[in-house]
Amino acid sequence: MATLTESRKNTLRRAIQAIVGKSAVVSDPEELLVYESDGLTLFRALADFVVFPTSTEQVAALVRLANQEGLPFVARGAGTGLSGGCLPAEGGLVISLSRMTRIVEVDYDNQLAVVEPGLVNLHLSWAVGPRGYYYAPDPSSQQACTIGGNIANNSGGPHTLKYGVTTNHVLGLEVVLPDGEVVWLGGKMRDPQGYDLVGIFVGSEGTFGIATKIVVRLLRKPQAVKTILAVFDEIEKASEAVSAIIGRGLVPAALEMIDQVTIQAVEDAFGCGYPRDAAAALLIELDGLAAGIDAQAERVGAACVEAGAREVRTAKDEAERQLLWKGRKSAFGAYGRVSPAYLVMDGVIPRTKLPYVLRRVNEIVAAANLRVGNVFHAGDGNLHPNILYDPRRPGEEERVVQAGAEILKVCAEVGGSISGEHGIGLEKMDYMPFIFSPADLATMHRVKEAFNPRGLCNPGKIFPTKKSCVEVGPAYRAHPIEEQGLAQRF
Amino acid sequence: MAHASTLEPLASPHRLTMLEGVDEGVNTCVHCGLCLSYCPTYSELGTEMDSPRGRIFLIASLAEGRIALTDSVVSHLSLCLDCRACESVCPSGVPYGRLIEAAKAEIERQRPGGPLRRLFRWVNFDLLLPRPRLLGLAASALRLYQRSGLQRLVRATGLLRLLPGTLSAWEALLPELPPWGGGTLPEHVPARGAVRARVGFVEGCVQRVVFGAHNQASVRLLARSGAEVRIPREAACCGALHAHAGERQRARALARKMIEVFERASVEAIIVNAAGCGAHMKAYGHLLRDDAVYHARAERFAAKVRDLSEYLAQRPPVGALGRLPLTVTYHDPCHLVHGQKVRVQARQLLQAVPGLQLVELKEADWCCGSAGIYNLTQPEMAGRLLERKVNHLLATGAEAVVTANPGCIIQLALGLRARGSAMKVLHLGEVLDEAYRRGGVGEG
Repeated sequence: MATLTESRKNTLRRAIQAIVGKSAVVSDPEELLVYESDGLTLFRALADFVVFPTSTEQVAALVRLANQEGLPFVARGAGTGLSGGCLPAEGGLVISLSRMTRIVEVDYDNQLAVVEPGLVNLHLSWAVGPRGYYYAPDPSSQQACTIGGNIANNSGGPHTLKYGVTTNHVLGLEVVLPDGEVVWLGGKMRDPQGYDLVGIFVGSEGTFGIATKIVVRLLRKPQAVKTILAVFDEIEKASEAVSAIIGRGLVPAALEMIDQVTIQAVEDAFGCGYPRDAAAALLIELDGLAAGIDAQAERVGAACVEAGAREVRTAKDEAERQLLWKGRKSAFGAYGRVSPAYLVMDGVIPRTKLPYVLRRVNEIVAAANLRVGNVFHAGDGNLHPNILYDPRRPGEEERVVQAGAEILKVCAEVGGSISGEHGIGLEKMDYMPFIFSPADLATMHRVKEAFNPRGLCNPGKIFPTKKSCVEVGPAYRAHPIEEQGLAQRF
Repeated sequence: MAHASTLEPLASPHRLTMLEGVDEGVNTCVHCGLCLSYCPTYSELGTEMDSPRGRIFLIASLAEGRIALTDSVVSHLSLCLDCRACESVCPSGVPYGRLIEAAKAEIERQRPGGPLRRLFRWVNFDLLLPRPRLLGLAASALRLYQRSGLQRLVRATGLLRLLPGTLSAWEALLPELPPWGGGTLPEHVPARGAVRARVGFVEGCVQRVVFGAHNQASVRLLARSGAEVRIPREAACCGALHAHAGERQRARALARKMIEVFERASVEAIIVNAAGCGAHMKAYGHLLRDDAVYHARAERFAAKVRDLSEYLAQRPPVGALGRLPLTVTYHDPCHLVHGQKVRVQARQLLQAVPGLQLVELKEADWCCGSAGIYNLTQPEMAGRLLERKVNHLLATGAEAVVTANPGCIIQLALGLRARGSAMKVLHLGEVLDEAYRRGGVGEG
């Protein structure tokens, strides 16, 4: 599996150790094995080294070394990603940011914090919580996933509906570019001049460089929060309730759907208070000023009842609210109780198509003789069908991959997308042609080339491989005016 | 580069034959990674081989035959505290404790070590722990060693450098033993007032010889709660330390003995005030699952086991609680909070004491680094975790820290002393007993 000769590996190891020290390099085959997957075990790829820098300077020196030696490299946070985005698809270095976890600065007056990329998402909210602040993007894996990984995937979360995704909360980034140069994109100001380079970087899945410091916005905790559970005997009625709520002009902070398979798994896990016999439940959260929140809750409740909810109740205290959220946020992991493996899809659809698409999902999965659990951001139309399977049964893996592809095709057909927040990574690169034309892909490729011309930074991701029938756009060639020195690439 | 060849979906089927009983466990892990940030060793090192998910992956790979038990694999598995914090947060319900104990047993089987290590383990696991009288003698010898000035002499002369690493770590960690805790408990203690229950009490091995006073306090509390308490003298060591150290056969033998002894005592509940012992005894059913004669009996025994705080929360002692003006914080022993899911009971009992103020401890449910004999086998990591714990303890400003496990008590006292802190380390039983004693003054 290793591609390097023993002597070259030894030389490289010494060079890496000279940068980060002896205890910050892993190269034993058994240890590398642990890094062969992220949260998606369908793909495996081995690195030659996993390295643990502790500063921007060390990251930059590692990237320069990789350039000098022609080694591919990829950044890794907590490895909770669900698309294989942090896998070393072509070997080389995995640059783990798990030792860069500091909160460098908190500026409460300007409502911002400067953090290192390995900081766990939830730990930031814990740190600023006592002063009444929090960091809004809340991916369900927030207890473990890192802010750096959130930057790479432009992660969302249940509260995306009202507060937006990661990119809406990032003001600036210190970045080690793929050639080792350290630059700042954006800063601490709300409205920076020039191109929105922060916007380009966030969501680039680690292909534009490695963020080493991140300036994020902090929000004041809302004055009041109300969490409502609406229980349905038919999943279609729950879907209709979603549109009914939004249609009344209400903007919940979160609007999540959880189906029966999932309810039973999370009830087994933590006993969170979801009714086991429900076909589906909506978890709806309202927040904001205390004045008027009760009236809003009543309107939400009325919309659910009209759509056919058999029960609507409000969490009576913070403990009950936390427990309901714990169930929602642990759902993926809880599938381990009902199945040895699952493949989660991340399709996005127009909200109004929910009943149709959920029906199609069930048909596709049933035709493949598999089971599915649904838990997702209904308010955004960001679906997460989790197809349950057993990798030990011959042929099941192929069937699950095929069913997943068909589901994403349906999402694309109704005017949606193949990924809401998990990234394309390795998993969905061959599905890119579902939503992008060859011209689109060629344009995106040119953007990538501008940042990452040698292709050493997280190679083999996002763009379709040759085995798919769509060609990747032509490699970048200098424009005549560039050749004359009248213009240059950035 | 040729790495593309590794980019195939994972090969099946798994081969899980080498390690006993790990298959159901490793297949429950779906690799979500939610455990990572709750693992003390991962938090300290940032290396995934030292995280629960990584270790499960190593165990699975060992069982599948993808890797061998190399030095580096052994080092990562051995660095696990077995604190089971990961189990508390795992949505999938991976029985991590069982997996790591199976792996540690496999390590012992394949790598018993040199004669000195084997002798050391034999002295502790075979000779001393199962024999309360001998362990008591050893403790007396230790007290003599500490109080006669011999310890100071040995440390001053540098004689310790002649010992192998583990032994000198052991010496450095020796707790300063409290004076002999007031003699042995009688085999039978009557209830105070009306008899409401008949319970057994496990004195423990280390607990009995080092913290006899905690046992006395615990039994007084049980008697106040209306329990007639049986304390069978033949009950020796429950085998928890053996199981954690990979000594499974010895652990099973001790479990069988424990079951027999308490069957004869015919009690409705079996109370223990050491968290590590409680967690282990509650898992006797699993330990003896392949034992046709003992399995059902082990399940019955396990169903009766209660931690002292768990029992007292259900059946509070009768009588008035006196005023105890003290600011305390509470450290959750891993094998109580994670191993037995007993989290709120001790706090509720403490909060009921008039005058006592309970302040929450940051990372209260994180391991202090004691972890059975971990502070002897992994002194560096144990030291790092202890320092982290002591920092949090000092930040509370409390006068005392209350906990419920002998290992934690020794470790916390050591850490606080090293930092020159006067914070006291108390067993929950001592605090409650003192409060009831004060309340009962004048009761007659």
